[in-house]
Amino acid sequence: MFSHLLPEFIVERRDDRCIRCRACERQCSFEVHRYDEELDRMFSDEKRCVGCQRCAVLCPTGALIVRPHPGEYRRNANWTGERIQDLKKQAETGGVVLTGSGNDKPYRIYWDHIVLNASQVTNPSIDPLREPMELRTFLGRKPDVLELRFNGGDYEDVEIATELHPNVMIETPIVFSAMSYGALSYQAFKALAMAASEYGTLFNTGEGGLPRELRKYGKNAIVQCASGRFGVDPEYLNCAAVIEIKIGQGAKPGIGGHLPGEKVTLPISVTRMIPEGTDALSPAPQHDIYSIEDLSMLIYALKEATNYEKPVSVKIAAVHNVAAIASGMVRAGADIIAIDGLRGGTGAAPKIIRDNVGIPIELALAAVDRRLREEGIRNKCSILVAGGFRCSADVVKAIALGADAVYIGTPALVAMGCTLCQKCYTGKCNWGICTQDPYLSRRLNPEIGAKRLVNLLRAWSLEIKEMLGGMGINAIESLRGNRDHLRGVGLEDWELEVLGIKGAGE
Amino acid sequence: MRRIVVKPEVCMNCHLCEVWCVVAHSKSKDIIKAFLYEERKPLPRLIVEESRPESFALQCKHCDEPDCIFACISGALYKDEEGRVLHDESKCVACYSCIMACPYGAIKINPLTGKILKCDLCVDLGFPPCVEKCPNNALEYVEVEIGAEES
Repeated sequence: MFSHLLPEFIVERRDDRCIRCRACERQCSFEVHRYDEELDRMFSDEKRCVGCQRCAVLCPTGALIVRPHPGEYRRNANWTGERIQDLKKQAETGGVVLTGSGNDKPYRIYWDHIVLNASQVTNPSIDPLREPMELRTFLGRKPDVLELRFNGGDYEDVEIATELHPNVMIETPIVFSAMSYGALSYQAFKALAMAASEYGTLFNTGEGGLPRELRKYGKNAIVQCASGRFGVDPEYLNCAAVIEIKIGQGAKPGIGGHLPGEKVTLPISVTRMIPEGTDALSPAPQHDIYSIEDLSMLIYALKEATNYEKPVSVKIAAVHNVAAIASGMVRAGADIIAIDGLRGGTGAAPKIIRDNVGIPIELALAAVDRRLREEGIRNKCSILVAGGFRCSADVVKAIALGADAVYIGTPALVAMGCTLCQKCYTGKCNWGICTQDPYLSRRLNPEIGAKRLVNLLRAWSLEIKEMLGGMGINAIESLRGNRDHLRGVGLEDWELEVLGIKGAGE
Repeated sequence: MRRIVVKPEVCMNCHLCEVWCVVAHSKSKDIIKAFLYEERKPLPRLIVEESRPESFALQCKHCDEPDCIFACISGALYKDEEGRVLHDESKCVACYSCIMACPYGAIKINPLTGKILKCDLCVDLGFPPCVEKCPNNALEYVEVEIGAEES
């Protein structure tokens, strides 16, 4: 069918700089660039361009500029260009419009309406470069009371008498989100594992299993047990630091997963334990979990399988009754509850779901933390939050709102090269991150990827220390749930109420 | 001695090693001038072997016992004190014996002069730009024994 779609990007080639090296042509999986030998010229087919900027970054002379196409439909606040393009796509394909990455719609980003405190006069701020600053975090269930046993008359020899639940120590309250091998290339997946291991934090296998040769990174892995049960075996569960039951995902609450057969290559089929080339379908619900009681059965089945040595996490998408659901999860035996918000990313989701379903993580987190405190069960779990964390200040604000640690997915991908072109679902990622094409995936050198990720964790951790120091706090533990350090700017009363913070000036 | 080692598993076929090789052997050492304005455009001294998805850059290995030098009939190819295999163009008679002798196929014909072109490890620049500019670290300039290397 003749396409009515307008090109989204324009490729400008500065001819006084182009040396016809054809790097752009070789790097573009969407086949935008073409060299004509007869004319010794490069040409571009703009309709194919997705704006991933790979060519612009690789061009050795900076001859390429890729920017939004100036051609547009008549401006209309109701019928935006995107709406019109989506309508045309559906008229041409008759299908669900797919997309990748996270919700890009202008919902209020509460982080940008919350400001942090700093110490002035009445309490001293701390310089993290001169004084110790603790970011270490323990994930898992904490005891209701802590009994100490003093041996002998002095206070030197102290033991903890209470039996402690399994906890996992991370060096910084930042953990890599669930991104599976299959959605990600092997190289990207390995880079995450290497970085988590080097920095002393965790990565999450997603629902695609953990390749055998990467099980050495198990002590830094959160292994998922999702609705498709891909790659779950006793060794997989036992090599991990944390086991996570995936109920939902912020980008597509209520929706399952579908890894198309062409991406199920031999190594992926081995890891997922399914036949090569078959579609990997993750059902929307876990078919053995239709209630909190069912969830409890799976939690304890997993605990039983791992000898009660590992915390079990349950991950849900942030939806309307998130606080009540979270309470049920904790009572069902979850040691960690992971909540993924409205802006969480994905490798593929129906656009209509990604852009319209779920609630912002800020509100969900505040509601869950408050509910668990009110019910006196906040100590029974750690809260991990995910979905749209963009910088270290977002992390600090989330911890002050009650999170134990933060999952980062998109920032990690961006660190490895991602430019949020949202074409993850095509399998043609030019940055070698979200593809199984061996020509593309080799572009991501896992060693370079891991180095960039470690740098990102280090940079955020340093910034977090600076912010803590400014507030006069020397341990992240003292900030947890400390909403006095937050003030709202430009928020309505109901929003301040849900967030449990005062407005600025109060 | 330090040699260039290739890592085909991360070579992404961008050919930028070729581009920077050209710049390194140009008169101006400026990428735009070298390609667009220099009269005698220099040619790359390395070859990017390509059979998708695989690719890798191939340049002279500077062998410890170089067949090309043994084959050279005019004494144009020689080893310097560092062990690098270098080419004296003034002595070259374009017999291509070296090309036939090279087990790697790393020597090219220069179509402008008819003589040969080969990697000189960029002696004057100190560090080979093909390695320095590789965006994915698919080339390394490291101390390695020839024969110990996989390729």
